[in-house]
Amino acid sequence: MENKPIDYKNITGWGVDADPKNDPTYPMKYRTDEEQKGYTWDRPAQQPVNIEVLHSIERPNVSAVFGTAPPPQGLSGQIRRFAFRYSESSFAHWLPLILADRVNVVEGLVDDFKRGHVPNLAAELGWKAEWKHNRKNFLKKMIGRGFMIYALYKVLSHNSKKA
Amino acid sequence: MLATSYRGPFRVRVEQKPYPEILHPQDAIVRVTRSCICGSDLHLYTGLVPDTRVGTTFGHEFIGVVEELGPEVHNLKVGDQVIVPFNIACGKCAFCKQELYGNCHESNPQATAVGGIYGYSHTAGGYHGGQAEYVRVPYADVGPMVIPEGLDPDDAVLLTDVVPTGYQAAEMAGIQPGDTVVIFGAGPVGIMAAKFSWFFGAGRVIVIDHLEYRLDFVRKYAPCEAYNFKSLEDPVVFIKKTTDWMGADVCIDAVGADASGSTMQSITGKKLLLQAGAATALHWAINSVKKGGILSIVGVYGPTGNLVPVGNILNKGITVRANQASVKRLLPKLIKHIQEGRVSPKDIITHRLPLEEAAEGYRMFAAKLDNCIKPVLIPPAAKV
Repeated sequence: MENKPIDYKNITGWGVDADPKNDPTYPMKYRTDEEQKGYTWDRPAQQPVNIEVLHSIERPNVSAVFGTAPPPQGLSGQIRRFAFRYSESSFAHWLPLILADRVNVVEGLVDDFKRGHVPNLAAELGWKAEWKHNRKNFLKKMIGRGFMIYALYKVLSHNSKKA
Repeated sequence: MLATSYRGPFRVRVEQKPYPEILHPQDAIVRVTRSCICGSDLHLYTGLVPDTRVGTTFGHEFIGVVEELGPEVHNLKVGDQVIVPFNIACGKCAFCKQELYGNCHESNPQATAVGGIYGYSHTAGGYHGGQAEYVRVPYADVGPMVIPEGLDPDDAVLLTDVVPTGYQAAEMAGIQPGDTVVIFGAGPVGIMAAKFSWFFGAGRVIVIDHLEYRLDFVRKYAPCEAYNFKSLEDPVVFIKKTTDWMGADVCIDAVGADASGSTMQSITGKKLLLQAGAATALHWAINSVKKGGILSIVGVYGPTGNLVPVGNILNKGITVRANQASVKRLLPKLIKHIQEGRVSPKDIITHRLPLEEAAEGYRMFAAKLDNCIKPVLIPPAAKV
């Protein structure tokens, strides 16, 4: 489709929110100076901390509310606890968290098997959508990956025979 | 209840989980009636956001019906249909008082840069999200807003994030009548940013992306000029040429960490995770804006760092504004725009799927299949 000349004055809503005062604009500091008083506001009630909540060392406490999605556990949990010894300003905080996320994926698979659940990887990966809307390219990609796995297998098995 | 469950990069399933509980006196439990997959959910889905734990329910764009209330919630009643902003905000801290509702200090223990966000990793507070039948909504007196009578639920669900984010992108750009605005990204947020740029009086709106079907859509919807960066030798040079070699008054990054267009950025940002995603759009935006111009960032990046030409920000004297959308602040104005017929957000919805097909929805959205722009999930408990 070609780009056509646009007469902006005919566009619905043109200029409806135009305001010379909108620069500088949000987000900007309102000179309430509330935060200059420090961490002194009337805090909301504290949600009971009855699960393990890791909190940033850049704050003194757990926030008044927090989420209860999976708390740290297993090896990934150990890595996360290590990460939270460092500030958000440190790669020693974020890189272990990324590692923990990858370890957690393996833990998730192990947990599934322990519960007798064999994960349906094709379904979890949403391959049905690929099959429905992108079949040709999807097949090409799968055949390519299959070939690469087979080649890798052949190379490894050849090397092990030599050894 | 049924809910999505993250299993690892590119893997999501829908499974039975416990019904959420009231854990704080200001909590509500909401039965979800619509939930979107957001472009920023793709950063989680692809494993780009640190501390995304297996078993987390995603989803920060949802509306629903109040089912239960904690004893300290006074502004809502059971049965109310509510828009739930994606920011979890206490309304009391020094930052909420400055209307920085995306930066609440009492909703995220794990990180201080950002406030709590539903279903957006432990880096955003560790909350389960709304791609589920039911969801716990903290500070229910502060964030949620009763859906005005007559407002289409499909419009309402887009008011939880994408519409205010697009609006705030244009607002933060400080657009003045006649300004040339360049928006990188023709996803839902970029589309909305293009639309709203006119509301602030833009004289020219240009959108850059690489997906023809999205460029076609935004050309008609905004309306605006739209160009495929794959057909441009260099998008920055193109912007310079088309602005009489000055650069745009305003550039908006509406892409974030999942950008395409630079092999180096994609390898270091998305494959090797050496930076917090691929900052291609941000790089182009910095270099395309004119000296003394304004750069507005609403594309989401991870918390580590990115390779962008900071020296050019300095040398060109660019003003940079960025934040998560302050949804609560913008809702009254945006609802008025919808009610008065200036914008129809629901037109960007291309796919409606049952919650049970969330994995296919994610795949379709991530791989840009079937001309997907905005997928909406309908949980079985929606009953509407």
